[in-house]
Amino acid sequence: MVTESSTAGIGSTPAPGDTKDTGPRGNWSWLRVTGSVGPLGIATAVLWLSIIVLLPLAALTVASFDEGWSGFWNAVTAPAALDSLRITVLVSVVVAVINVVMGTLIAWVLVRDDFPGKGIVNGLIDLPFALPTIVASIVLLSLYGPQSPIDIHLNATQPGLIVALAFVTLPFVVRSVQPVLIEADREVEQAALSLGADNWTTFRRIVLPTLGPAIISGGGLAFARAIGEYGSVVLIGGAIPRETEMASQYIQKQIEIDRPLNAAAVSVALLAISFASLLVLRLLAERSVRKEQESR
Amino acid sequence: MARKTWLSPRRRSVVAALTAFAAVALTACGGGASDTVGGSGADGSGGTLNLYAYAVPKPGFDKVVVEFNKTEQGKGVVVNGAYGASGDQSRKVKDGAAADIVNFSVEPDITRLVDAGLVDESWNADATKGIPFGSVVAIVVRKGNPKGIKDWDDLLKPGIEVVTPNPFSSGSAKWNLLAPYAAKSEGGKNPQAGLDYLSQLVSKEHVKVQPKSGREATETFLQGTGDVLLSYENEAIFSERNGDPIEHIVPPVTFKIENPVAVLKSSKNQEKAVAFRDFLYTAEGQKAWASAGFRPVDPQVAADFGSDFPTPQKLWTIADLGGWQTVDKELFTPNTGSVAVIYDKATR
Repeated sequence: MVTESSTAGIGSTPAPGDTKDTGPRGNWSWLRVTGSVGPLGIATAVLWLSIIVLLPLAALTVASFDEGWSGFWNAVTAPAALDSLRITVLVSVVVAVINVVMGTLIAWVLVRDDFPGKGIVNGLIDLPFALPTIVASIVLLSLYGPQSPIDIHLNATQPGLIVALAFVTLPFVVRSVQPVLIEADREVEQAALSLGADNWTTFRRIVLPTLGPAIISGGGLAFARAIGEYGSVVLIGGAIPRETEMASQYIQKQIEIDRPLNAAAVSVALLAISFASLLVLRLLAERSVRKEQESR
Repeated sequence: MARKTWLSPRRRSVVAALTAFAAVALTACGGGASDTVGGSGADGSGGTLNLYAYAVPKPGFDKVVVEFNKTEQGKGVVVNGAYGASGDQSRKVKDGAAADIVNFSVEPDITRLVDAGLVDESWNADATKGIPFGSVVAIVVRKGNPKGIKDWDDLLKPGIEVVTPNPFSSGSAKWNLLAPYAAKSEGGKNPQAGLDYLSQLVSKEHVKVQPKSGREATETFLQGTGDVLLSYENEAIFSERNGDPIEHIVPPVTFKIENPVAVLKSSKNQEKAVAFRDFLYTAEGQKAWASAGFRPVDPQVAADFGSDFPTPQKLWTIADLGGWQTVDKELFTPNTGSVAVIYDKATR
């Protein structure tokens, strides 16, 4: 995102075709390069992004249209493929919601409360994220699997998927809310309380608006991570088609049974979902930032 | 932050790191898919062989390689085994995985490499047709056989859930489907009867999961999915000897499984690879296979281990159905083979 600045930076060059001296809000202003890096820096960034992200994505998309639009459409709308996408999105939404609630709570406790062992808890938050996901799967399987020591059997069930995904996405909301909470102005809260607002009202009217953007972006990241997750669900999920088979497992299966087209097509569908969710996230974040600025 | 915690920030991070490390150390105990088999004093002085095999013969190779290392030819030879779904492994080798010797579940997986120019066309020209060991299709049930499963018809009882792998990636799955097909169609004389049975078997009522390999199917079954597992007899024997709570039945009419081995033309260690392949057919090699639960091809060794391997009333073979080329084309070709179409329709 190139932000517009009204003053042209060093090394800014008029974009090709930019003959009219248009103002900062003119027709071509979005093409104008601003900032101190100049075209070379931007070219490097774009080239690197292309090599790492854009070209492979383009290649995948091309592969998924090997048999034209109808081939792609058939691959994505095969009942088993649709079901796997549906399950993936459904489970990921549930996981994101759980994360939003629990993550905010944990962040709150870590910032506002003090208790022995707090440092350990704080360190543990990142552990599920740092663990290799397959290890997460083994960990959960040993506790909730068929030989469960506490007699809770989540193997090959949707709750098992939810637990696995909640495990690996735990840090997202916590880590995005924590810094905001630390920075938050406590005097406003105290003022609200002294004016007779109860705790819930204070939280709803004062705290939540401040934390909103952080919670949304954390939840969105958790969602995006969950829909693409493979390692953590591979053991505990059971991969039962139409019940607990995630899209990533469906893709893997298509590769194994030598149907690369199906795999590519479902991958593209999954990418589109991730992309859309990230886009919505951006828009929400921008809107809340704007509202924040307007309210000042 | 008025109160002091009992840990200074610095000690805190150390504790956190230690906790994390301990957790990882306690949980990190999963083996890799590829490993050195045998490991019996083989130091690599005799070179290294890369073996690409289907999912279940690992216990057999573990025993065989130990015996091989005792021979003059096999001294100090390290065998690196990679195991996975047969079709998947075959495609990997075709796509350039550096294998010296391959062992797949079904012949077409080797034929794929012959077509790609990686395996000599005469690989199965010897007396045993490139098949050093085999098995039969067995029905595996929970210990005590609570559902009273005895024969193929019992699998179609209402509510019986059957675990069998995906025939597009697994060789085991092909054998598993061929066994009732041959039994119901009288060795292919009445194909429709066989296909009717399979349509009922692979319907959503009975086959709910599609593991990618025979080994994965066993794991799925052991973790509590399903009432019946269709599997290689050797896989069932291996699992029973492990103490898993299962038992297996060799149905009165079943199918002979023949698992081929071939050496790659491109092998950098051709001489040792050939020596290893030839060793599989020797008395020592055959005994090692038999003790791991695989049916040996050497009649003498087979007689010695007779008690482990009951003889079914009727054992159909792939030759009875016209050989792999015919069977693969007519039954398993994606989108056109009759079994492939049935399976696709049921799992779409």
